[in-house]
Amino acid sequence: MNDLLTAAFISAFLVACIAGAVPLLLASVGETIGEQSGVLNLGIEGVMLVGAYTGYAVTIASHSVWIGMLGGAVGGIVLSLLMLVLNTLFGLNQIVIGIAMTLAGQGITSVLYQEKYAQSQPSISPDRWRIPGLSGIPAVGSSIFSASGMFWVAVLLAIVVAYLLSRTNWGLSIRAAGQKPSSLDAAGGSVMKTRSQAVLLGGFFSGLGGAYLSLISTGAFTPFMTAGVGYIAIVVTMLSRGRIWVVAAISLLYGVTQALGTALQLGGISVPTQVITMLPYLVVMVVLLIFARSVYISPVLAAPYARGAR
Amino acid sequence: MTTERTGTRRAVDIVVRSVLPVVFALIVGGIILLALGKNPLKYYGDIVVNGVLGGNLQNSLVMMTPLLLMAIALIVVFRGQLWNLGYDGQYLLGAVFVGGLAPQLIPKIGLGPSYIALIVLSIAVAAAWTLVPAWLKARFGTNEIITTLVMSSIGVGGTGLLIEYLFQDPAQRTPQTRTMNTADMLPYIPGTKVHVGFIVAIVAAVVFQFILSRTSFGLRLDIFGVNPKAARHVGINSRTMTIVLFLISGGLIGLAAALDVMGQWGYVRNNWNPAYGDTIMPFVFLARLSPVGSIPFVLFYSIFATGGTVASIDSGLSTDFNMVIVALILVFMTITEYVGSKRELGQSYLPDELRDAVRRPFAALTGRSAQA
Amino acid sequence: MSSSTGVVALKGITKAFPGVVANDNISLDIHSGQVHCLLGENGAGKSTLISILAGLQLPDAGTIEIDGTPVVIGSPKTAVKHGIGVVHQHSTLVPSLTVLENLMLGETGLRLQEKRARARLEELSGLLGASIDPRLLASDLGLGQQQQVEIAKAMWAGSRLLILDEPTSMLTPSAIENLAESIDRLKHQGLAVVFITHKLREAHQMGDCVTVLRSGRKVGFLSPEQMSGFTEEQAQAEILRAMFGDDLSAAGGLDEAADLAGASEATREVAAIDIDEHPVILELDGVTSSGRTMDVMVHDVSLQLHQGEILGVAGIDGHGQTGLAEVVAGQRAATQGAVRFDGADITKLGVRERQELGARYVTDDRLHEGTVGNLSVALNLVLKRIGKPPFWRFGQINRSAVNAEARRLIDQYTIRTPSPATRAAALSGGNIQKILLARELGDGARVLVVNKPTYGLDLKTVRLVHELLRSFAARGGAVLLISTEMDEIVELSHRVSVISKGRIVGHVDNNGSGTAEKVGQLMIGGGNDD
Repeated sequence: MNDLLTAAFISAFLVACIAGAVPLLLASVGETIGEQSGVLNLGIEGVMLVGAYTGYAVTIASHSVWIGMLGGAVGGIVLSLLMLVLNTLFGLNQIVIGIAMTLAGQGITSVLYQEKYAQSQPSISPDRWRIPGLSGIPAVGSSIFSASGMFWVAVLLAIVVAYLLSRTNWGLSIRAAGQKPSSLDAAGGSVMKTRSQAVLLGGFFSGLGGAYLSLISTGAFTPFMTAGVGYIAIVVTMLSRGRIWVVAAISLLYGVTQALGTALQLGGISVPTQVITMLPYLVVMVVLLIFARSVYISPVLAAPYARGAR
Repeated sequence: MTTERTGTRRAVDIVVRSVLPVVFALIVGGIILLALGKNPLKYYGDIVVNGVLGGNLQNSLVMMTPLLLMAIALIVVFRGQLWNLGYDGQYLLGAVFVGGLAPQLIPKIGLGPSYIALIVLSIAVAAAWTLVPAWLKARFGTNEIITTLVMSSIGVGGTGLLIEYLFQDPAQRTPQTRTMNTADMLPYIPGTKVHVGFIVAIVAAVVFQFILSRTSFGLRLDIFGVNPKAARHVGINSRTMTIVLFLISGGLIGLAAALDVMGQWGYVRNNWNPAYGDTIMPFVFLARLSPVGSIPFVLFYSIFATGGTVASIDSGLSTDFNMVIVALILVFMTITEYVGSKRELGQSYLPDELRDAVRRPFAALTGRSAQA
Repeated sequence: MSSSTGVVALKGITKAFPGVVANDNISLDIHSGQVHCLLGENGAGKSTLISILAGLQLPDAGTIEIDGTPVVIGSPKTAVKHGIGVVHQHSTLVPSLTVLENLMLGETGLRLQEKRARARLEELSGLLGASIDPRLLASDLGLGQQQQVEIAKAMWAGSRLLILDEPTSMLTPSAIENLAESIDRLKHQGLAVVFITHKLREAHQMGDCVTVLRSGRKVGFLSPEQMSGFTEEQAQAEILRAMFGDDLSAAGGLDEAADLAGASEATREVAAIDIDEHPVILELDGVTSSGRTMDVMVHDVSLQLHQGEILGVAGIDGHGQTGLAEVVAGQRAATQGAVRFDGADITKLGVRERQELGARYVTDDRLHEGTVGNLSVALNLVLKRIGKPPFWRFGQINRSAVNAEARRLIDQYTIRTPSPATRAAALSGGNIQKILLARELGDGARVLVVNKPTYGLDLKTVRLVHELLRSFAARGGAVLLISTEMDEIVELSHRVSVISKGRIVGHVDNNGSGTAEKVGQLMIGGGNDD
């Protein structure tokens, strides 16, 4: 077992951990903003896939991971427009639209990938920021302090969102829109505007999360590659109730479960791949069973707001 | 007399609202095909050729069996405003037990008893897989969308494990179950190549139509679905109802799996997931959650899927293109529904805030023209 | 015109909804430094008028002028900008936010300006004569405090016009006095106040001038000069004639009308009974029940309800009344104690068994709990007998039996509906309440729990409901009358129990005058210990 705990091993473990955690963190932050404002975006799986695909396509075209990440975010925003127009503005059923978004995202990215990249299957080499000095430290140096620049951007973005939600008037409006939209309306705020911003920002983050997955975590797009991360993001959101640090903690835990599989394989212990893919879901289910009482869902979540209707 | 006229108008309205989304989805789907450099007319033509003509309709009817049962399974829970989105896991777990056990069981206890035992087992397995989400929903109100999806993912993984470690066909190198003898599979309806499962599905649709529309259980279910508060008020036990509905839904999915494996496939291989539920969902809504009403829609989709698979392969397109069409139908369905309900109420199509925003530039325009 | 400064003027405001003209060409002037009372029964169009001023709805016709300048109030935001603050009938505070956060909601600028907000709250607290802890969660506020916060919120951005929509309907007598004092202070600050009520005596007490609305039209106006010139009786008579118009005789003359409109202190109107001669039919013995999430739980409640008796349960809204009703109806389980019916323990029985025994419940949420809006009137009338013969045989519905029963009940209770097949949601509030009463009172009813039975109903239906309750009791039925309307409690009850924070804090025998005062004292005594 001592062989397992070499610097190289820990480094690989941490790399896998970050690769699993960051896409979920970004997506969950996006979903949290939406959920806090009263919009349950079930289409996040589709949004992530579109982000992953557009990020991939833009990176191949531009030869820049950074422009690719931006492309992924824009892709996420574009698909979220569907939710914005149909649900936030017109008040149509969020659940049905969410499912449609997932199907659309899965279908269109699979079709496009088949058309454009299935033959060549280009892969992307991630950029790494070796932080001077720190990257020399054993284990963490070659993993955390040599991670992609996007990793640090993601961490920064999560902190910014935590600040926005808790310390600004905008955050207050978001929370009011998700708890009692009529209050926000009566106070002179706009429920529609607030929720629209939340949906678009949610699309931005989910798209970014998808792009991170394809560009940095795996280095290529494959159809259906999110494999349920979007749904896990919804669970994370429900458990964290708007607290970004909880979102980060659960995302990290998810990253650990992902890394565990990698670690076991590296350690020569054969574990069926199904078990590795099932592991996060099993963890989620156990968490849900234990914390079932504390999962709080706002009474107005997923309910469209119409002025005057009670 | 006026009621008669409005009655026919309503009927026309319902048909229009059900068909329109499909038409729009096909049009937009065609535009996407054009954008991808394919000929939409040829593509849709291929679907008709491969889904209907020259005996291909029978293939579509075979396809229809699991889809129709899946549709009824969704209708039952949706009417209760519960979302069982864990159909993939439920279906596959039921299927893998049937596929894994059938080749060994049939020689031992004979065809008839095996059919019944396997159907019952599949129903039980799939229904059992809904229990945890159902209990969490009933006890704590935990969102069942999430729990069923998560349980589904676990079920899909579990199916793979079962195949590799329990039901693996030793004669095959790829992970899959043993294959049933063609002679042991469900018999055809005389004179066709459609297995008898099709009849079971149609009968199930009729039976559930009756249960939902004519019985006290159906009424209780509807009250529970549209108004949980009233359900509590009239003494409907919401916990029992939640669990019962999930069990029925899971059971129907298990039935679909058993009939499908024994009637059509004969085995289950690893990483195989027909994802019937995702694709049939919009049609369930278009049929207004009516089991019998869903029959034509399910037939339409069966043809579309059967023909579409061939058509997409022919034109070098991913078969996932079907998902795009289904998503488009869902989107246009909600829009049609929205426009329709607004028209019925005689309201503006636009919500207040948006209408004001639209009006303002117009007001500015007319103001200017008045000055000019 | 100099007289147009300090005036908010409504000119020819008209607003129609499908099937009803809520406001028909209403004009009125609201002056600074005055309390303008809007008086009218439920459904007279008061709320619509207010929602137009608040920017929640746009009028179909008519204009609003502020200081002589026409304005369009297209959203609450615009209303706030014009200094129009509204305290709505239903709380607009977000329960999960603190008082301070609630007050800051709607402010612009990036950062939350907590310091500035605290200072503003202190300023307003002084003005209102209230002290409120800004860090409290809105859900933890008492009702009086909650209203003070609502008023502070309405005036947050600087107010010229404060609108109070039925502010007293849920308050204790002492809280109403506090409110009156606050309003007086604001008035002397030069603020215009619109005070909406359906109680005549409040209009008279609080208002400098009174506008009376009926069926969407302005039917009377008493100027400040008239208000100060008339004697109380003259003013009352004037207002009543306007309120009832030609219906005055139908309502039973001036006295009866005055009574209906809450002109004077209410008095008991049921025949006295000797409680001891009537056996106990329903008994609650130390019943405790946990609420759902936000509800107040019922705590150690003991009650005895006799045959032929109407037992009033008075209390401020949200103090466990719904829990009490549900424990009796079987919708909520008792975690401790026993519920006995005719001496038999029914604690473990569910809704349907109790229904069969004759314990019935008319819920206060008649639209969303008592009826299923998109089911027919006929099905709603048999909603609690689903599956039972003759309406269902072998689980299958017998439509002709259902329709026959529906027709019978529709006739008996004069439910106005186009047909038994009409969707229940299409009916008016009064007729929906009749559906509930018809369903619960028929078929062997022995105990009836009614929760806020006349809330939001027009005066004629109120009278009918009261009549039904009285005659049910006279026939030997027992009524548990839960209400937040003190007048209703006093008029109908033989005895009154007072509920506060889920506990019964005292009993009052309703004989002679002073019942309202005693009940009020109990409500305050039990309600202000936080």
